[in-house]
Amino acid sequence: MDQRQTNAAEPLLEAKGICKYFGAVTALRDVDLQLWPGEVLGVVGDNGAGKSTLMKVLSGLHPQSEGTLIFDGSPVRFSSPREARDLGIEMVYQDLALAGNMNIAENIYLGREPTRKLLGGALALFDHRSGIRRAKEHLENLKIHVKSVEQKVEELSGGQRQAVAIARSIAFEARIVIMDEPTAALAIKEVGKVLDLIVDLKNRGISVVIISHRMDDIFYVCDRVMALYHGSNFAEARLKETSRGEVIGWIMGTKEKVEKVAHDRVS
Amino acid sequence: MTAYPENSRLEPPESEDKVPLSLRLIPFFDRYGILIVIAVMCLVMWALQPDVFLSWRNISNIFKQTAANGMLSIGMFVVILTAGIDLSVGSVLALGMMTLAVSNAAGVPWPVALALSPIMGMAAGFVNGIGITKLRMPHPFIMTLGMLFMARGLANLISGGVPYSGLPDPVRFLGSARIYLGELDGTRINLPVVFLFTILVYLLFWILLEHTVFGRRVYAIGGNPEAARVSGINVDRTLIIVYTICGFMAGIAGLIMAGRTNSGFPNAGTGMELEAIAAVIIGGASFFGGRGQVLGIFGGVLIMGLIKNGLNLNNVSTFWQQILIGAIIVLAVFIDVLRRDLGTRH
Ligand SMILES: Nc1ncnc2c1ncn2[C@@H]1O[C@H](COP(=O)(O)OP(=O)(O)O)[C@@H](O)[C@H]1O
Ligand SMILES: [Mg+2]
Repeated sequence: MDQRQTNAAEPLLEAKGICKYFGAVTALRDVDLQLWPGEVLGVVGDNGAGKSTLMKVLSGLHPQSEGTLIFDGSPVRFSSPREARDLGIEMVYQDLALAGNMNIAENIYLGREPTRKLLGGALALFDHRSGIRRAKEHLENLKIHVKSVEQKVEELSGGQRQAVAIARSIAFEARIVIMDEPTAALAIKEVGKVLDLIVDLKNRGISVVIISHRMDDIFYVCDRVMALYHGSNFAEARLKETSRGEVIGWIMGTKEKVEKVAHDRVS
Repeated sequence: MTAYPENSRLEPPESEDKVPLSLRLIPFFDRYGILIVIAVMCLVMWALQPDVFLSWRNISNIFKQTAANGMLSIGMFVVILTAGIDLSVGSVLALGMMTLAVSNAAGVPWPVALALSPIMGMAAGFVNGIGITKLRMPHPFIMTLGMLFMARGLANLISGGVPYSGLPDPVRFLGSARIYLGELDGTRINLPVVFLFTILVYLLFWILLEHTVFGRRVYAIGGNPEAARVSGINVDRTLIIVYTICGFMAGIAGLIMAGRTNSGFPNAGTGMELEAIAAVIIGGASFFGGRGQVLGIFGGVLIMGLIKNGLNLNNVSTFWQQILIGAIIVLAVFIDVLRRDLGTRH
């Protein structure tokens, strides 16, 4: 096993024997996953392999049907995303969970709004000014440039939205950020910028799980990659010890290297 | 290792001056267009009926007649912000009004009778909210359509289907009292209490929607309910509160109408849910949720009132009024469609 990504003795987050059923559909069967502190883990797999479902289990959106989650050494069970968030597990959803009709600052603090208490705490007013100031500082800190944090999210480009979604995920002491195909909907020229942002998270000591179909993404940001196939673990390896051809093979359900599609092998 | 550009991060989008004028005017018209419409309407009516239209008597009449619709519309607006709909408000108005009138006739002390109208409204709204969220009705249309019939039936049931007239003055205060301001050119200037009340209510709703966490979450739910849910917002609870507020406002409308007519009649408010929806749509709210401002709704209510008043003053039949209001609804939404087209074309 290729565990010692860092010097940590145990994974930050571990999933053991996760099963997830949707009625008669088995989306996940006995899946294991370890995420080490400060590592970027890539998750690959064909459409319907169960990647998104696994991430939703980790982030508390869909509680698992069977299996255990261990966070920082102790077992946890999430019944809502809020509980996972309280531990610092954040998710950037595939379908971008942003409200287009609201501005960037409001989106960043949605669900955790800055407030001004009036009448001895009986009335919680939304503190627009502090939200705007903090959002501006936060984005500057991440070197994300937008015209104004008071711009509505629906006016942003796909890449800017993704950047806002990522900024939102680390606005409060995140320890793990889970990203479901963060580059899938982006124009090519915006992809690099989002990937650099992910590298930036890693440099801040945040563990990242990223789902992607793009080998370029995986081989640019990840330390380790794991593959799901039909809802089960299929293979995993440290990035240094595998190749694009091999990972593409895993997606297709074979451990043979797929030489034909692997013309872009990493040396 | 990669071919990604080094000049990292996201640049601001194209500069202001590339945006055509027509697009830059959109936010302005979004916010103030409705005031322009109202000003033009007032000018036209004043030109047609110079003596009557601007008379104090007529103006205070407009406010008195639109107050109930104003209450229904602001409640409806909050519901429509969440991409919902409440078809029951007209019936709930009647239910509140009849509860008030019947309990008053039964000798219930006036402070209790007065409170019963909004309380019944809240109860009906709460039931709507529970149905939509916990009973997982497929669309608010269904639940509130059911409530439309149930509340109307209940209003008839408790009153035996007959009107009750004669209410104590304190109960009538909100709907009919006037404050004497002084004399102007020999006419007494009286300000209807309900006018001040309407302004106050709209001010409170503005604070609620723009400046409280609850209000911003209502907008967020309308914009993207999934986003709201994964952000840890309790969407069900928020929706229940929203429908309860809407029912409460219908109860207030019942109280106002009881005061104005000095009675309770079980077919009160029939069709008023549609007028409220019309005012909200004319006021610039989007049926898809998350869009619209309190000021716009105030404008929508005023426009509806002005149309009726203007057409009445000019002896235009109510049939034409209906045709005109219908046409204006379609026009208002068409303008919204055009605006969206412009807004999404980059
Ligand atoms: N909410 C759901 N209800 C029913 N089935 C679901 C649901 N979410 C996912 N599935 C099923 O679970 C399987 C895995 O889906 P998913 O995790 O989205 O795959 P991936 O993200 O790898 O493409 C698919 O067969 C999908 O149809
Ligand atoms: Mg997926």
